[in-house]
Amino acid sequence: MAKLKTIMINPIFNENPIAYQILGICSALAVTSKLETSIVMSLAVIFVLSFSNLSVSLIRKHIPSSVRIIVEMTIIASLVIIADQVIKAFAYDISKQLSVYVGLIITNCIIMGRAEAFALQNPPLQSFADGIGNGLGYSVILLIVGFFRELFGSGRLLGYQILPLSGENGWFVPNGLFLLPPSAFFLIGLIIWALRTWKPEQVEEKQ
Amino acid sequence: MSNDSIKKTLFITLGICLVCSLLVSSAAVFLKPFQIRNREMDRIQNILTAGDLTTEGRDIKTVFHDNIRADVIHLPSGISVLDSLPDASLHPDHYDIKSVMNDSRFSHKLPGEADPANIHRIPDYAVIYTVIDSGETLRYILPVYGKGLWSTMYGFVALDRNLKTILGLTFYEHGETPGLGGEIDNPGWKALWRGKQAFDAEGNLAIEVIKGKVDPYSARAAYQVDGLSGSTLTTRGVNHMIRYWIGDVYRPFIDHMKKGNH
Repeated sequence: MAKLKTIMINPIFNENPIAYQILGICSALAVTSKLETSIVMSLAVIFVLSFSNLSVSLIRKHIPSSVRIIVEMTIIASLVIIADQVIKAFAYDISKQLSVYVGLIITNCIIMGRAEAFALQNPPLQSFADGIGNGLGYSVILLIVGFFRELFGSGRLLGYQILPLSGENGWFVPNGLFLLPPSAFFLIGLIIWALRTWKPEQVEEKQ
Repeated sequence: MSNDSIKKTLFITLGICLVCSLLVSSAAVFLKPFQIRNREMDRIQNILTAGDLTTEGRDIKTVFHDNIRADVIHLPSGISVLDSLPDASLHPDHYDIKSVMNDSRFSHKLPGEADPANIHRIPDYAVIYTVIDSGETLRYILPVYGKGLWSTMYGFVALDRNLKTILGLTFYEHGETPGLGGEIDNPGWKALWRGKQAFDAEGNLAIEVIKGKVDPYSARAAYQVDGLSGSTLTTRGVNHMIRYWIGDVYRPFIDHMKKGNH
């Protein structure tokens, strides 16, 4: 049990997929202009990642090495379609905002990376835990970025006005840069900096 | 048997494909009713929003049924064909603008120079909505679509009963950049459209979306709407779209209504 817990907790701060492994940056830039879309995207990635890890691990001893990647892709793509269909059925407004990015989870390197690096060598339960852990690691970054982008970009959180806008008799002048994808680059950069100051062992060795 | 034998490779790949396709198709089949309902509710909600009808505490469908009348217009002549529909697919209950605009029987291709909104095809028939209160027409809600920066933007424009003043513009489907072009959904920006004049005193098309802010003291302020900052191309798309549909596509309908009713 203790081992499962370590597998699940480790990717959150110690081996964070975005901040340490530097994977899955594209969607982290694209969907974080609001907290709400970040949350739904996080849930979708946790779902896809944990179940793709579980399925790959279940059949890991039978996957022919010649078609290994394509088998993994088939599993991942199917899970992504299911996630997309569920979001379209039960969170229609959010699915309109996420548009293509749910479908693009297929190309998120984290999913493929964990299937290759972990699920192929480890038993199902641990792979499932690894999927959830990495999904949580991805989510933590997405939520932090989404929080700051929505707050500074539109003065809102989850759609509720937190900082009164200057255009509506308040004092807060929204910073449009935070609504643009590059702002997520700056935020992720700052997070990586903070994380590596806190945990210096994550710093790469000088070449 | 070795994992890499041809037999096992085929067996495993076929097995995976079978399981995955079963999962995907059952998800699609079981969730379809929810998705169709969502789309339908979204469309109705947008018509109500365009018609300025609030639904607080009331069933969306009841409000729609009580206050909205649908009509089918033959666009080139501007005449209603609700009583003599050429095909059942044009009935307001089934009308889907995306399938009609691709149906060569009820739409036609637009040559490049006659296609400012960059939409390639235009339907010959459109379902329009009128907002009714105690038998009186309050406003018209007309479907429009045009190309933005990334996507085709689908929406409704609401005109007053004299078909002169714009009362609102709302989009129900687009893929513009969230936070930039996506701000066409911003209630603050949508409110700018209210009360703008579509035509000038001589009856010429005058409405336009300009780059930057409208000067409130300008003589043309009544015909102009602020562009969205940071989204020049989306704004340009909205401008071409609104001018094309009101100035060209609905012109016969507007002229016909003016002749007949006033």
